[in-house]
Amino acid sequence: MKKEMEISREIDISTDLGGIKLNNPVCAASGTFGYGREYEPYVDISKIGAVIVKGTTLEPRAGNPPPRIIETASGMLNAIGLENPGINEFLNTHLPYLRENNVTVIANIAGNTIEEYAAIAEMIEGNPGVAGIELNISCPNVKQGGLQFGTDPQMVYEVVKAVKEKTTLPVMPKLSPNVTDIVEIARASEAGGADALSMINTLMGMAVDINTRKPFLANIFGGLSGPAIKPVALRMIYQVYREVKLPILGGGGIVNYRDALEFLMVGATAISVGTGIFINPQLTEEIVSNLLHYMQENNVASLSELVGAAHQA
Amino acid sequence: MPGMQQGLVISHNQVNRDMFELEFIAPEIAEECQPGQFIHIKPGLRDQPLLRRPLSIYDVDKRLGSVTLLYKVVGTGTRLLTSVRTKEYVDVMGPLGRGFKLPDQPERILLVGGGVGIAPLVYLARVLEEQGCDITVLHGTESRRQLVAFEKLRQIGTDFFPATMDGTAGYKGLVTELLLKKIEPKKLDRIYTCGPEPMMAVVAEFAANHNIEAEVSLEEYMACGVGACLGCARKLKTNDTQYVKVCKDGPVFNIKEVELYK
Repeated sequence: MKKEMEISREIDISTDLGGIKLNNPVCAASGTFGYGREYEPYVDISKIGAVIVKGTTLEPRAGNPPPRIIETASGMLNAIGLENPGINEFLNTHLPYLRENNVTVIANIAGNTIEEYAAIAEMIEGNPGVAGIELNISCPNVKQGGLQFGTDPQMVYEVVKAVKEKTTLPVMPKLSPNVTDIVEIARASEAGGADALSMINTLMGMAVDINTRKPFLANIFGGLSGPAIKPVALRMIYQVYREVKLPILGGGGIVNYRDALEFLMVGATAISVGTGIFINPQLTEEIVSNLLHYMQENNVASLSELVGAAHQA
Repeated sequence: MPGMQQGLVISHNQVNRDMFELEFIAPEIAEECQPGQFIHIKPGLRDQPLLRRPLSIYDVDKRLGSVTLLYKVVGTGTRLLTSVRTKEYVDVMGPLGRGFKLPDQPERILLVGGGVGIAPLVYLARVLEEQGCDITVLHGTESRRQLVAFEKLRQIGTDFFPATMDGTAGYKGLVTELLLKKIEPKKLDRIYTCGPEPMMAVVAEFAANHNIEAEVSLEEYMACGVGACLGCARKLKTNDTQYVKVCKDGPVFNIKEVELYK
């Protein structure tokens, strides 16, 4: 313990994610950490880089019928269906708890229309204790025939722009990997005024129960997460880092500090862990501690030496 | 408060073709265990299989600081778990979930277990016995080889009645038939059950018909085990607008609240 404290005094791992100040670069991904409370017995939640809370909508949502999850090779599929208590409940019940516990909070918001995203951002504005907004753009746009916001550059541009107009907080869309050209979506986010990018959301997939001969998930399709998607996430962040200047919160299947280093090296300014937390609730602090050791042993004085290192010839 | 520990395995025995009994030392976890709660265990150290597995608490020795799990090999996770040896460590989280609601005073109790579903009922029987309850156990299995809890339940001091499909021990046939034939509802204050859902559905009907308090322990695929991922959703009869989470709101529920799969 004493050794760790000495190291952390020498090496600075605080970082800035497009205006979101983080004490360390390791965040808990939305939908994997609830509203923080659930993991209080296992980890000091105030020491996590940022807790990105469960995706929140204007009205409460019941979510999808079960089965909602199934494990697959080195990963899992989920189709939770955005179950959440709505923005009012978040602001009145969960945010005060997180504030009292000195947690760095990034709110994750989702909507059916551009107006809904803007309305939620407006409601968050002025509430102390929120450091930034992550936009879940993997939702269907009901006014555009259910086409996902995140798969259309024009809609991405519009939703980012609409949210930026209603908030003074840094805005970070979470890009869906289920697109042909991720760079195009990143550019649209930048044009809309995004302060950072969060990459990547889950990959759409499915599984079949061979006994019933039916799709395993009630929703048929689910989002694939876990180590299975890490190479895809790394590739996409590598591509975007070369073309877009925005800082990137990188994640997708991180389960240890070596994974975290790979994400920093392809260009992520900070990293998020999600599915890995289900296996190890102390993963965020373990990665921070191992990252510090790595940096000391390799004479790395600051994170900036690592970020994008894989791009140097 | 639940915790996360490396539990030192002190015994791990195969008790029949596909069932194992695993006992590990984890004093802080053992101290907290309530009947009906579960342990979230990580089989192996690698990504395949990835997630923890929720296993029922089968028995607890608070003086020794040990917890015993009874599990059946059903897939890659539980199969990998079988390779853990004595003196090795298992990565365990717990105790998790809401366990059985215990009576305030000594009562006449019926426990109905199906297959490996007997597991949580054994530690429950131990605690109820200490409270002075009068306990009858019905355990239904395929064959006598699966009546793995017989010794423990006899030592605890319960009245034990098996039902086997092949008739190799006790009543020949379904445990629910035994329930309907043998049990006098007037002599019961409370029922606890765990096993296949169609079995528990019959228990639910029996409890409802005779107006007996009863609780069920449910099983669902889980990821986090602590109520964060919202994966193990289940609809209750009493709540039309919200799903409960088996890991956090359960795994034990009042039998009247649950829509059991028949």
